[in-house]
Amino acid sequence: MSTKTETVRHDDANEPNEKIVLRVSDLRVLTNAGDEILHGVDFALARGEILGLVGESGSGKTTAGLACMGHFREGLKFGSGSVSIWPRGDATHLEVGELDEVALRDLRGSRIAYIPQDPALSLNPAMRVGEQIREVLDIHDFGASDRERADRVAEVLVDVGLPGDRAYQRRWPHQLSGGQQQRIGIAMAFAMYPDVLILDEPTTGLDVSTQSVVLDTIRQMTVANNVAGLYITHDLAVIKDISDRVAVMLRGDLVEEGPVSAVLERPQHDYTKMLMAAVPDLAGRKTIGDGAAEAKAVAEADEKTHILVSTGEPGGSADSGEHRSDGDARDGEAASAGERDGGAASATAPLLEAKDVALAYGKAQILDGINLTLEPGECTMLLGESGSGKTTLSQCVAGLNDDYKGSVRLRGTELARSTRKRTNEQRVGIQYVFQSPFSSLNPRRSIGQSLTVPLEMSGQGTAASRKATVEEALDSVRLGRTFYHRRPGDLSGGERQRAAIARALVNAPSVMVCDEITSALDVSVQASIVALLRTLREERQLAMLFVTHNIALSRHIADNLAVLNKGKIVDYGPTAQVLEDPSHEYTRALIADVPKF
Amino acid sequence: MFGKVIGKRLIFSAFILLAVSLLVFGATLLLPGDAARAILGQQATPERIAALNEQLGLNDPAWLRYLHWLGGLFVGDFGTSSASGGPVSELLGDRLAASFILMALAAIISVPLGIGLGVYQALHRGKRRDQTMTGISLVLASMPEFVIGIGLVALFATSVFQILPAVTLAPPGEPVWNRPEQLILPTLTLVLVVTPYIVRMMRATMIEVLDSGFVEMARLKGVPEKRVIMRHAVPHALGPVAQVVAIQLAWLAGGVVVVEFLFRYPGLGQALIDAVTYRDVQVVQAISMLVAAVYVAVNLAADVVGILTNPKLRSAA
Amino acid sequence: MSTDANSLDDLKSAATDAAEVPKESATTYVPFYKRVLAQKQGKIGLIITMVVVALALCGPLLLPWATGNTATEFVTKPFSPYGLFGSDNLGRDVLSRFLAGGLTLIVYAVLATALGMIVGALVGMLAAYIGGTFDAVIMRINDVFLAIPQLVFALLAITVLGPQGWVLVTVIGLTHAPRIARVARSATLGVITEDYIKAAEMYAMPRWKVLIRELLPNITGPLSVEAGLRLTYSIGYIASLSFLGLGLQPPAADWGLMINENRIALSIQPWGVLLPVIAIALLTIGTNLLADSFARATASTSVEA
Repeated sequence: MSTKTETVRHDDANEPNEKIVLRVSDLRVLTNAGDEILHGVDFALARGEILGLVGESGSGKTTAGLACMGHFREGLKFGSGSVSIWPRGDATHLEVGELDEVALRDLRGSRIAYIPQDPALSLNPAMRVGEQIREVLDIHDFGASDRERADRVAEVLVDVGLPGDRAYQRRWPHQLSGGQQQRIGIAMAFAMYPDVLILDEPTTGLDVSTQSVVLDTIRQMTVANNVAGLYITHDLAVIKDISDRVAVMLRGDLVEEGPVSAVLERPQHDYTKMLMAAVPDLAGRKTIGDGAAEAKAVAEADEKTHILVSTGEPGGSADSGEHRSDGDARDGEAASAGERDGGAASATAPLLEAKDVALAYGKAQILDGINLTLEPGECTMLLGESGSGKTTLSQCVAGLNDDYKGSVRLRGTELARSTRKRTNEQRVGIQYVFQSPFSSLNPRRSIGQSLTVPLEMSGQGTAASRKATVEEALDSVRLGRTFYHRRPGDLSGGERQRAAIARALVNAPSVMVCDEITSALDVSVQASIVALLRTLREERQLAMLFVTHNIALSRHIADNLAVLNKGKIVDYGPTAQVLEDPSHEYTRALIADVPKF
Repeated sequence: MFGKVIGKRLIFSAFILLAVSLLVFGATLLLPGDAARAILGQQATPERIAALNEQLGLNDPAWLRYLHWLGGLFVGDFGTSSASGGPVSELLGDRLAASFILMALAAIISVPLGIGLGVYQALHRGKRRDQTMTGISLVLASMPEFVIGIGLVALFATSVFQILPAVTLAPPGEPVWNRPEQLILPTLTLVLVVTPYIVRMMRATMIEVLDSGFVEMARLKGVPEKRVIMRHAVPHALGPVAQVVAIQLAWLAGGVVVVEFLFRYPGLGQALIDAVTYRDVQVVQAISMLVAAVYVAVNLAADVVGILTNPKLRSAA
Repeated sequence: MSTDANSLDDLKSAATDAAEVPKESATTYVPFYKRVLAQKQGKIGLIITMVVVALALCGPLLLPWATGNTATEFVTKPFSPYGLFGSDNLGRDVLSRFLAGGLTLIVYAVLATALGMIVGALVGMLAAYIGGTFDAVIMRINDVFLAIPQLVFALLAITVLGPQGWVLVTVIGLTHAPRIARVARSATLGVITEDYIKAAEMYAMPRWKVLIRELLPNITGPLSVEAGLRLTYSIGYIASLSFLGLGLQPPAADWGLMINENRIALSIQPWGVLLPVIAIALLTIGTNLLADSFARATASTSVEA
């Protein structure tokens, strides 16, 4: 593992030049056990420029960032190599690795500042926010007087777009929103006019709209203060937005480095190419997850599927639904078997229909008059930011949340609110895949045992036939039947999510509800899961409700797009139509905020 | 706002005490058959039994006796001891003070000691001294208090050294603090029993806090290590540890029983053992209520500490 | 660490070809008992516990002298012609009484712990699973029970019902229950929000099956820690009660009682006190070490899972 990979470089900005403020060369970091985590990383940061450091989880990007500050997390230690810094005003450079504790402390927070990933965890909850900024100034002996320091606190707060008054400074972190907390973090970092800024995924936990504001703040502050920034992220789209140069990391190696446009448009290293191919683009020009073969065939083929827009015919179809419901209850079983050729009932009633679904907890209206329909083989994306009610809605459809008003119908038959009260066929008809693959499988039971549960509970087949069905499902999610006896702990995130999808498939459902199923996964794994879902739709004529916060995925998976904002569907229609001609202000803002590729 | 939360807790505490009083009183209803005969024994004459029944008010219905008893508690009337014949409050008066001295001494020593050692261990986690201290506290926390007490007696009062009194020397009536040396071993026993729990909890909480994002952030801001610990880390660990300290202090109220018996210390515990032996129900009830009151009081104190160290609770209040 | 390794695996398969079928990875599952025994605490704890338990179990079979025999000329002598460790306050052989005196203590402690675990775990799990008013009521009742220290509660029960064995076992067991219920409840609350519980609910798995198959296996870690701790405390309480003269009654041979009877003569004949003191100390240290190693073993799974 200790052999150093040659980095693909697009230019010679990494060579010594007077703009460079921080240079990392041949940096190696070890675990306490002696395993090498970073295998010799080289990069340089120049004044007024942001270098994006991209990599998926486990690539060592945060370790590299913290090593620039001479900080190593529990269990890690410095191996070899050098980190040199040229502070403003100093004639000579400092070698970070050779500094003692005191000198290192002087450097941190004043010359090199850090902006952490999760502001909610990184601000001291028991200290007022103004005090936390002031602390930096006090420690590093900013200015000459109390007055000067107090003024600087107010000034830097205003710089990041927050009120600088006393009242605001006296707030506690929990009284601020996520975006405001992150801006406090940024203010803290800029308070001492640092030379170098290490930004560790500072926008990961934030909504798209908040993210774009925070990114603007960072960008503007970096330029105004002429700071060299290292922006660590897994999100290539953000990189394109914020940084001038980009360096790509893969398992402790820096594989490619250069100006953003050069690296992202003409990637040389295989890994960068793969990564670029896996990133979903809003325009949908590429097919993520597999070769460019099948292209957009799916999207175009489904052009003719009829769409009921939420504004249409409120009373009429509810009545016709009533009429049909008698006949449908009997037809339920037949329909699930002969659903492909479309029985009499399913020809008139949509496969899945949500009507006037509403849900409120006390005064908080979580969902408000939701109307949605889904036809066989069709995929609708339910798009919303956190708190929009998208998960609640999908759980109402799946019968996991029974507090809603309104109705959910499957082939025209109104479903009971709770899955426990639904009939066997209805339960089998709608399957739900959970967001986190790390939580949806019982760690104490084997994959086979977990996947047999749906069959067991619907009372299908014998033990042997169930096993066969489960193995088939494992094959169809491309895991293979060897996974039958393994436990979730042995599987990676992507593998677990495949197993969870297989669990939803064993009962041969007609509707699958996928709740943010790719958001916990790395972008390359996300791409492969999206590709899998596309294949499954074709193979099984599966209708899908794909819930996500990631608008960029829309063209890659969905025929229809429903945009959910504060419990209301504000835009609903064929994907292309909504994206190209959004009718609602909110949708337009969303599209504008997406970092473009 | 702050007062409102405390008020809520106070009401809740009162509710707990009321429920405990029901429980304590209800238990006596389980006394088999004829309580007076059970107390006086098989040879008792019917006149004596009748007299005792009258004296204990056993002829009234249970709820009336309960209300009477409960009402008495509020005015310091704990009933009449069936063993001594005198009022329970008189019997317990001096003993309460003696027990309180012991518990207070143990608390004053073990709380700061436990917190200090816990922080020290957390800062040196994984090193040899941490492991040694963890081992010692585990061993101490395992053993029942009388085992530790006898160990100390064997070591300091009898077999090895004979430098401290093995039992309380004060004659009845003399305040225990007149001879401070007799307080040393009982206090030390309680300290050795209570401190390990506080140390372990403080160590675990501190480690958690030291691993948190805001402590890392403070270090990356260049905050000196001493300030990182005193200003950023320790205050966060105090809230959860206050709960454990409360449980331990409440436990002291029970553990003191065994220690007092071992050292023949004239406190509540000794009185409780005597009362249990003679089936002196009124005394047992009274002491149970006192102990429960201690529990409620220290828990209330822990809640206050928890609220004071957490601005989220403070401002939500 | 292991989650990192997982994502590394992900990356490996992803890096070569995004659409490639994931490779089989080696199993990382280590059974609980192996994880316990992999630790120093686990090994030492198990050995100490086994030795003391074996002594207490087999002791009654190898008594040198009957435990009730008294020989007045040998009262409180460190060494007597009868036995290695001399005789006690009534001239009874200390070694014989020591060997006979552990069995009841251990049996009572195990029974009390089992009773507390069954009642406490059941109540705690149900409170968390059912939630709502039931949970609130159960927890308030718990708070009331927690307000009285276990030893005081036991003394109250003994006052009323007398110092019989079943009273000791029942009252210690039942006063453990609220404390165990708290642990079981919070462990269950931690698991109940997991999606695999929701998945089981979604497939309309009968509720008792959800409890037994999905919930229970995932809280065995904290429960086993609690069982070890409670066993330690049970031994302590029962020995303490005997020591106070309110547990087993004379002339029974029992460690706690032996200490009570002989402690006055500690300086003349230390063995009558020290043997049982050492045995009780070792036993509680052993069980507590086991509990500690259970806790460490549990922590290592939660990292893996």
